[in-house]
Amino acid sequence: MLKIEDLNVHYGVIHALKGVSLEVKQGEIVSLIGANGAGKTTLLHSISGIIKSTSGSIIFEDNDITKRSAKDIVSYGVTQVPEGRRIFKGMSVEENLYMGAYLRSDKDGIHKDLESVFERFPRLKERIKQNAETLSGGEQQMLAMGRALMARPKILLLDEPSMGLSPLLVKEIFKIIIDINKQGTTILLVEQNAKMALGIANHAYVLENGKIVLSGLGHELANSPDVKKAYLGG
Amino acid sequence: MIQFMQQLINGISLGSIYALIALGYTMVYGIIKLINFAHGDIYMLGAYIGFVFATKTGMGFIPTLIVAMITCSIIGVVIEMIAYKPLRNATRITALITAIGVSYFIEASTQKVMGTNPRAFPNLLPKGNLNISGVVITYQQIFILVVTVLLMIGLQFVVTKTKIGRAMRAVSVDTDAARLMGVNVDQTISFTFALGSALAGAAGVLVGIYYNSINPLMGLVPGVKAFIAAVFGGIGIIPGAMLGGILIGVTEALVSGYGSSLYKDAVVYVILIIILVVKPAGLLGKNVREKV
Ligand SMILES: Nc1ncnc2c1ncn2[C@@H]1O[C@H](COP(=O)(O)OP(=O)(O)OP(=O)(O)O)[C@@H](O)[C@H]1O
Ligand SMILES: [Mg+2]
Repeated sequence: MLKIEDLNVHYGVIHALKGVSLEVKQGEIVSLIGANGAGKTTLLHSISGIIKSTSGSIIFEDNDITKRSAKDIVSYGVTQVPEGRRIFKGMSVEENLYMGAYLRSDKDGIHKDLESVFERFPRLKERIKQNAETLSGGEQQMLAMGRALMARPKILLLDEPSMGLSPLLVKEIFKIIIDINKQGTTILLVEQNAKMALGIANHAYVLENGKIVLSGLGHELANSPDVKKAYLGG
Repeated sequence: MIQFMQQLINGISLGSIYALIALGYTMVYGIIKLINFAHGDIYMLGAYIGFVFATKTGMGFIPTLIVAMITCSIIGVVIEMIAYKPLRNATRITALITAIGVSYFIEASTQKVMGTNPRAFPNLLPKGNLNISGVVITYQQIFILVVTVLLMIGLQFVVTKTKIGRAMRAVSVDTDAARLMGVNVDQTISFTFALGSALAGAAGVLVGIYYNSINPLMGLVPGVKAFIAAVFGGIGIIPGAMLGGILIGVTEALVSGYGSSLYKDAVVYVILIIILVVKPAGLLGKNVREKV
């Protein structure tokens, strides 16, 4: 479904991604783990068309999206929940959700999806008119995910959704990710919380200094001595 | 009391025009963090476009206003495309200097085409006035107020209730996040320039009628005043620009009425300095440190 080949990205002289190749098959959850500065966000931003790559290719369902605009990429069905939530401050919860459906014009469908987002995140419904800025961290994460779902994505790119959340909330968020996946949305999950991310992944990749250094089935990586040592605290 | 009411009314009509210009400053600043110093000149162009259209066609107030607004919005979009868009990733100071250059360019071109002498703006609104127990309100002032209020309501509707308005706010808050939602950022910026320039164009026509005289440098002082109004209210905040414009207009009128018109600008600056010391983000602004 999503196939990245030999992707290179530079920020000026910094070589942030060095020939990254990765594949996500339809219906899967694929996790990408790596330390701070490994290049995880850079990879997701390249897929979303926010950052232009220097070479390599990104293919989504037979479309070469390497050089497409961010707008086209969203309309193909690729939506990102960015690192740090990046909800629209000063706008209400409802307006944030409508921003997710920005490229859609099917009023009925949008309305239906709004209802299902509220079903999934009842706390958002209680705060529908509230300024999104005033939500708690966990609620903001839910809003960011709800906003992305409003685009009806085929694949959801999640950048560190567990960042800054309590263990209980992290569990809840991961349960929701599994549930979204079960309902037919493919997931590419970027995480520093390797234990949780590997636990729910079909396939997983380890990114270090801009290079994929390991890949395999989720549980394989979770049991690999190298991963255990570097990412799972021994 | 009569004197006070009189100055208040004069101040509000002048202030509402400052507010119209201030809105363009504040919207553009909100979305691309550029102080568009050429904005006052768009207002001047609005006056000249209205002048040429009304004298050549002999048409009335409404068509003149609409033509000036539409032409100014096109000019605003073209200026953004040619002068500012290539500098999207440049430093802010580069863009600011470019804006000053654009301002000179517009002024010099207008002087070249229309001459440097003032022109008499045609009388598009009925003369005459209402006298309410000693307080004189001219029909023109009423018209100016009605038109500015309608334009502001319209703007408020576009910004808060429409999809493109939502996109404008989203781009202002977080450009990349808006991009991730599929917003075409360039188009949204163009639209912002179109809106702001249309309001400036309307202000130009209204001032032409109010003062009856226009000249190629008429954008300078109101441009600065409107910029101050925007900062006053909290730059980037739309209701702030409206409030700031009215406040400056009223302050000026009261100072002229009770003291001397020589001091009116000085008083405005003093108030601005006080506000910026007490509340650096402006009257309606939130005191948050800017992210870099
Ligand atoms: N805009 C930028 N300009 C220059 N260098 C950048 C920029 N963004 C990221 N980098 C660099 O690229 C490398 C990868 O950054 P990236 O944000 O992709 O890492 P990450 O894996 O997402 O890290 P984290 O877990 O901290 O979010 C880092 O060395 C970073 O300093
Ligand atoms: Mg990151």
